[in-house]
Amino acid sequence: MAKIRRKAFVDRKHCVACGCCVKVCPMNAIEIVRGVIALISAEKCVGCGKCAKECPASVIEIREVEA
Amino acid sequence: MKKRWYDYLWIASLLYLLLGFFNILFAWLGLLCFFIPLIISVAAGTKSYCNRYCGRGQLFGLIGGRFGLSRKKDVPRWMKSSWFRYGFLIFFFAMFFLMLWNTYLVFAGARELGQAVTLLWTFKLPWNWAYHGTLFHPGVAQFAFGFYGVMLTSTVLGLITMVLFKPRSWCVYCPMGTMTQLICKAKNPKIEK
Repeated sequence: MAKIRRKAFVDRKHCVACGCCVKVCPMNAIEIVRGVIALISAEKCVGCGKCAKECPASVIEIREVEA
Repeated sequence: MKKRWYDYLWIASLLYLLLGFFNILFAWLGLLCFFIPLIISVAAGTKSYCNRYCGRGQLFGLIGGRFGLSRKKDVPRWMKSSWFRYGFLIFFFAMFFLMLWNTYLVFAGARELGQAVTLLWTFKLPWNWAYHGTLFHPGVAQFAFGFYGVMLTSTVLGLITMVLFKPRSWCVYCPMGTMTQLICKAKNPKIEK
């Protein structure tokens, strides 16, 4: 049986690459790729939602995925 | 998380705004907030300035976050749309060049020095108490008044959206942020949006 895990996902189209999410991530799971978008490592992400709450553009969403 | 030296740059941003109340010529220092992000994005192809060094962003984060002066609501959809971000960038720069033109007129001797700071591109606030003469051409002071207006206007807008939406909502439509992201996109075309 597959486990359900919570992960953060970025709406790449609207990400402004400000880096607010990077600062609050307790797992150091987020990086800003070359000033274009935020990239979340699905392996490191524990789905805590801190980044989603912090994001000024509100473009990060926590979704449940099978892992 | 361990604090680094650049986590205190909000003090510099606050100091900048305060200094403008005592001597307008300090406004020239604000050019750093224009050139540093541009140089970083052009030379390194990153938004390190936004990500780490932006004191204004930290200031909004502090007032809106730590002090709680923010509703912490989502920004409206249109505010993060490309047309609004690029539109605001164009408008902001048009106003910026208008300010440069007015500075040029003073340099050329076609206009007297206006000792006022224009807020939100409309309201002329008398600011003569922060002017004590200059060793240079009056045009140098005119640029300072004009540039301080640009900085004050963007701070006021940032504060309004900080209260209404999330603390750092300014980052969503900040013209420097939009421009450096455009430069980064152009430099790294392989990264898909």
